[in-house]
Amino acid sequence: MSDRIFGLVGALLAIGYAFAAMQIEESFLSDVVGPKAFPLIIATVLGISSLVIALRPDASPVWPPLNRLAEIFAAVVVMILYAELLPEIGFIIATAFAAAYLAWRLGSSVLELVLVGLGTSIGIYAIFHLVLGLSLARGPFGF
Amino acid sequence: METLSALADGFAIALTWQNLALALLGCFLGTIMGALPGLGPSNGVAILIPLAFTMGLGPTPALILLTSVYYGAMYGGRISSILLNIPGDEPAMMTCLDGYPMAQKGLAGQALAISGIASFVGSFLATWGLVLLAPQLVKIALLFGPAEYFALFALAFMTLGGVSSTNQAKSAFAAALGLALAMIGVDTQTGVPRFTFGEVHLYDGLDFLVAIVGLFALSEVFIFLENRHGGADGDSTKLKVGRLTPPVSMIRETTPTMLRSSFLGFLAGVLPGAGASLGSFISYSMEKRLVDKKGTFGKGDPRGVAAPEAGNNAAAGGALVPMLALGVPGSGTTAVLLAVLLSLNITPGPLLFSQNPDVVWGLIAALFIANFMLLAMNIPMVGLFTRVLMVPPRILMPVVAMVSFVGIYGISGSSFDLLVMIGFGVLGWVLRKFDVPLVPIILGTLLGNTMENNLRRAIAIDNGDWFTLIDSPLAIGLWAVAIFGFVLPLIVGRRLKSSMRKKPHAEGSTKD
Repeated sequence: MSDRIFGLVGALLAIGYAFAAMQIEESFLSDVVGPKAFPLIIATVLGISSLVIALRPDASPVWPPLNRLAEIFAAVVVMILYAELLPEIGFIIATAFAAAYLAWRLGSSVLELVLVGLGTSIGIYAIFHLVLGLSLARGPFGF
Repeated sequence: METLSALADGFAIALTWQNLALALLGCFLGTIMGALPGLGPSNGVAILIPLAFTMGLGPTPALILLTSVYYGAMYGGRISSILLNIPGDEPAMMTCLDGYPMAQKGLAGQALAISGIASFVGSFLATWGLVLLAPQLVKIALLFGPAEYFALFALAFMTLGGVSSTNQAKSAFAAALGLALAMIGVDTQTGVPRFTFGEVHLYDGLDFLVAIVGLFALSEVFIFLENRHGGADGDSTKLKVGRLTPPVSMIRETTPTMLRSSFLGFLAGVLPGAGASLGSFISYSMEKRLVDKKGTFGKGDPRGVAAPEAGNNAAAGGALVPMLALGVPGSGTTAVLLAVLLSLNITPGPLLFSQNPDVVWGLIAALFIANFMLLAMNIPMVGLFTRVLMVPPRILMPVVAMVSFVGIYGISGSSFDLLVMIGFGVLGWVLRKFDVPLVPIILGTLLGNTMENNLRRAIAIDNGDWFTLIDSPLAIGLWAVAIFGFVLPLIVGRRLKSSMRKKPHAEGSTKD
């Protein structure tokens, strides 16, 4: 069943892609093939393979229970927050929190997650910024 | 002779203090990454790419660092297979079969030593194979025109699913998805934006490094979150190594096995779509059929440890042949290495050998040196790496995630790229659930634009005649191989895969 849905989504994606390809503006200085042809070929392959997946599905994968899905979703939200807040609050603070969060959700104890958070952010800061000179995001405190 | 003098020049390049230090660092990090379950060669190399860039390395040193990681990971995978019965990466899966029983008999040290020697023999011979075979392949590749290149790329995609693929539709889907992503951005030939939906960030196209790190490294983090086997601690009672010197009789007994397996593994590496996992699988199966007369395979036979290790290390060397000579990688990790080369503005392929011989031969010489370093690290110092296995994933995975973020941010300094990477991480997780291979996606985003340019050039040369694609015997031959390679798994795939999967536990599902 999962594969049938996957195939349908893929087919819709292919149609959307083909549609977007048709919208590409042709330049007046185009070569013989033009910018549309190859994307349309790709859309065709994408569409056919999606249909085959939908028509000849494999056995369904084992989907995690809802709370596990929520877990992944929460991690994604934390990562998005991390990406957005990085330039605002600076590298060390943001990284310490994000790493500690992940360590917590993977089942570390309180002491461990504090250590993982601080260790990761300060360790990376020391190696990448102080030793290798990579410019990391600067927060209000300059780190 | 010409080849040997080129190789000598290569040694002159590789033997600088900086390059030696990088090779040493790469070997060390690679062995650790290989040994840790959850980090394999492809995601190991992927998260280290930013490191190579931030150190401001030139093409040759960067490649030396990253291919040492690649070779190192191939060595390291065996450590946890033997000690914990958990393969450190997919190619090391077969090593569990005899390695773990040997460890249970108290022969862990000897198993580690034999497999270390086998790894050395495999990759040493394969590096010689690379020296001899790659220049020959270059001579053929120089005959290629745009139409042949287009066919070659098609061949790479159609065979990439590999003979062990169970669902060719999913491989094709993955390749098309990768190509579709590559089309995003301004068209190089006419300058019109495509699939950018007005988003300025997308005009340059998607950075394939972002895609690689997201698909390989972040999706691994999600897999761990889903299963939360972060608590699986390395059990210290199992980590007794014991005597590290195998008796001479054991070495003598395993020598023919190593030689045969190296040859087979190398072959599996050179062929597109096979890669190291298949290399170790066929080496093991063949040895079992050939020499297992008393039924000792699977119960701790040293030959059963030597065969897959020689096989997968030889395949790692073999996979570099098409990557360097044709610019078409045959496995996940070589695809990642290709991404490195492309980001350094170096296009692998036949011209690389004439235009940048220093890169090619310096790299090959460094591989020889790295091999000796790895042998030294992996036998006397193996105790050091067994300690690393004690780090549980619940501590390792946050570090992996943060290093990925830092690396990508360090290259581009934009939050937008981080968001794209998270998107790819989620996509990678979903696709892995559906058993869609990730390597064709990477290859598609890497090669999409070159493939399209070759298509357009071929047709433009022939004034818009699409039949030019199947005009030369060479092109027809390539198409024939491509179609054969695509159809073959439909016939033998299911059987092969199921016998490979008999041993479950595959931790790193990013294939190599």
